[in-house]
Amino acid sequence: MENKKSIFAKMKEGLAKTRSNIMSRVDELINYYKEIDDEFFDDLEETLIISDMGVRTANDIIESLKKQVREDKIGDAARIKNMLKEKIAHILSEGSKGFELNSPAVILVVGVNGVGKTTTIGKLASLLKAEEKRVIVAAADTFRAAAAEQLEIWCNRAGVPLIRHMEGADPGAVVFDAIQAAKSRKMDVLICDTAGRLHNKKNLMNELDKINRIIDREMPEASKEVLLVIDATTGQNAISQATEFNEVVGITGIVLTKLDGTAKGGIAVAIKAQLDLPIYFVGVGEQMDDLQPFDPKSFSDALLE
Amino acid sequence: MAFEGLSEKLQSAFKKLTGKGKLNEKDVKEAMRDVRIALLEADVNFIVVKDLVKRITDRAVGHEIMESLTPGQQVIKIVKEELTALMGGTQSKLVIASKPPTIIMLAGLQGAGKTTHAGKLALYLKKQGRKPLLVACDIYRPAAKKQLQVVGEKVDTHVFVMDQADPVVIASKALDYARENLHDVVIIDTAGRLHINEELMDELKAIKAAVKPHEILLVVDAMTGQDAVNVAKAFNEQLGIDGMILTKFDGDTRGGAALSAKAVTGKPIKFAGIGEKLDDLEVFHPDRMASRILGMGDVLTIIEKAQASIDLKKAQEMEKKLRTQTFTLDDYLEQLEQLQKMGSISDLLSMIPGMSSKKLGGLKIDEKQIPRTQAIIRSMTRQERLDPSIINASRRKRIAAGSGTRIQDVNQLLKSYEELKKLMKQMTGGKGMKRGKFRLPFM
Ligand SMILES: Nc1nc2c(ncn2[C@@H]2O[C@H](COP(=O)(O)OP(=O)(O)O)[C@@H](O)[C@H]2O)c(=O)[nH]1
Ligand SMILES: [Mg+2]
Repeated sequence: MENKKSIFAKMKEGLAKTRSNIMSRVDELINYYKEIDDEFFDDLEETLIISDMGVRTANDIIESLKKQVREDKIGDAARIKNMLKEKIAHILSEGSKGFELNSPAVILVVGVNGVGKTTTIGKLASLLKAEEKRVIVAAADTFRAAAAEQLEIWCNRAGVPLIRHMEGADPGAVVFDAIQAAKSRKMDVLICDTAGRLHNKKNLMNELDKINRIIDREMPEASKEVLLVIDATTGQNAISQATEFNEVVGITGIVLTKLDGTAKGGIAVAIKAQLDLPIYFVGVGEQMDDLQPFDPKSFSDALLE
Repeated sequence: MAFEGLSEKLQSAFKKLTGKGKLNEKDVKEAMRDVRIALLEADVNFIVVKDLVKRITDRAVGHEIMESLTPGQQVIKIVKEELTALMGGTQSKLVIASKPPTIIMLAGLQGAGKTTHAGKLALYLKKQGRKPLLVACDIYRPAAKKQLQVVGEKVDTHVFVMDQADPVVIASKALDYARENLHDVVIIDTAGRLHINEELMDELKAIKAAVKPHEILLVVDAMTGQDAVNVAKAFNEQLGIDGMILTKFDGDTRGGAALSAKAVTGKPIKFAGIGEKLDDLEVFHPDRMASRILGMGDVLTIIEKAQASIDLKKAQEMEKKLRTQTFTLDDYLEQLEQLQKMGSISDLLSMIPGMSSKKLGGLKIDEKQIPRTQAIIRSMTRQERLDPSIINASRRKRIAAGSGTRIQDVNQLLKSYEELKKLMKQMTGGKGMKRGKFRLPFM
């Protein structure tokens, strides 16, 4: 009798064990799904917001990701994260042809103060020269103290000629002269540096418009690129910068600088998503070769690190 | 009691003027959702926002609602108070050493605006009768030294430079020079650097150790995003800062970086750069910052104005009068004056986000009516105001003459007033009231 009981008890015990095994598995799965439902997506969205992508863009991306996950019934967190990376890379590369120049070309470089325009021009001049292009630079920042000297040092490093006037001179006149020089010396690319300006300053933006018109008028045959330089540490204001500069001079692409810091530069995704402006280059340091072509895939990987 | 239901309806009609007791969790949550987005859009750091939202939610639930505010506005009011407190409340000044020279050292990321602000500080101090010396310790960026020299010339301040020297040596030698030449302030410009660049952070520490600055000011670009916390924290932990200068504040950025940087370092923002000219430097006002960051400046103005001008008791009395139909022309006048204290009505309405002038077009507010209405009522005798039914033709003529208006205007006012009373009678008489139909006669 005692024996019988013990066998029965053992059986019961065993059953209970399997039952609890099954139960905990289900629990685990339920928890797993739950995790993917709420917190998981919240965490992902948080990562995007911390990258400076902005609430709106981050929200749009996560919503579309959620929809896709629901439709495809995906429960694997790692896969979802990869899907997100792909989504961002897709946004960044969609419809973008990459940076290509036909000769002759004029590159107008614009942006707010201190973002890295002059440094980028130094790096870009060197990059283009390495591609056997004949490059000339115009020092049309005649406002900031010693701006032309700074650019001159960069041009010497890159080994390209510079057209400059005195501090305080008319930047339009500098660009005009540089265009004549580029034509007569049969240059492939003219790069124009401009003074940093906040996009909400009407008169300074008008000045930029004037420079832009001089280029169109004096060199209509040239292919023109207008690069907006954005500092990767910038927050949501970069949207406003891109919008305003685009309105006045028609931006053709973005250079995202200072990515060697801890800022992720997520604002570039917002700019691409909201204004459809492609990112051409990234700046990753203060040396000559610290300018790289933009790679959507590695950028979105780094964003979600 | 039927009466209660009706008075509730009346209350909701006056939602803008009367609150409803205490803030409940739903009110707070709803308002805080908007606040959270507003703060994030202003670039306040995510973690800082999370903290703030939690703290404010806890504080706001159960909070008394001012009679003149909606629950949402009441929450925003609390948010503003918290932000102001967090920004540091009052402005803080530059430390001046008891034994000159006062040594100020500027540090920050590349492109933040250090050199320009070294020049601005020099000018600011010169205006206070001091004799500053600028020191060029950025030996890395091309033409940085030259830039400071040009800036120095513009503000008529000597610039100490040395060729081929280590920044620590330059700073120490500059100090000797300042003592010899009786400069009472030394402003050291340093090269921009990333907070993760150990070598360059060590250089700053070495300069600090050599000259022992009285003020180490971190120069922060007001447009900085989420990374502002990392930058400010790193500079503060590694170098120890005394305050900050917020630059490029003349842009259209909401400037949440200021709040983030303040929150993680606890160090005050002392100056704000508001332009490219060298006198574009302002002593920083933390209290003004809260509204800018919230970006609900307009709602905040309404809150402030309402707070300042609407007396809680009066509002309650008025409401009671409306209900018991003892609303006289005197009360009418008082209401007008309250409204006037709050500023022009269309001004006030146009401050409400999402309220465009187009939308306002449908509202038809005749502001010119208000002073006219006031004048008319003031020309009435006490008796006339209490019982307008005695105002006959000759009284009307007298009132019009007394107030410089036409008889038609007096008629119009009396008609509007009667309509308002009729409307109130309807409401309290049980017929209810259609939403949106209620209008004050001067609207
Ligand atoms: N770390 C880092 N610094 C950069 C980068 N690009 C530019 N800078 C620095 O940012 C500062 C401002 O650059 P500058 O070219 O003068 O900006 P501009 O005013 O837009 O012409 C300088 O100190 C540059 O060395 C970058 O990609 N990484
Ligand atoms: Mg420049």
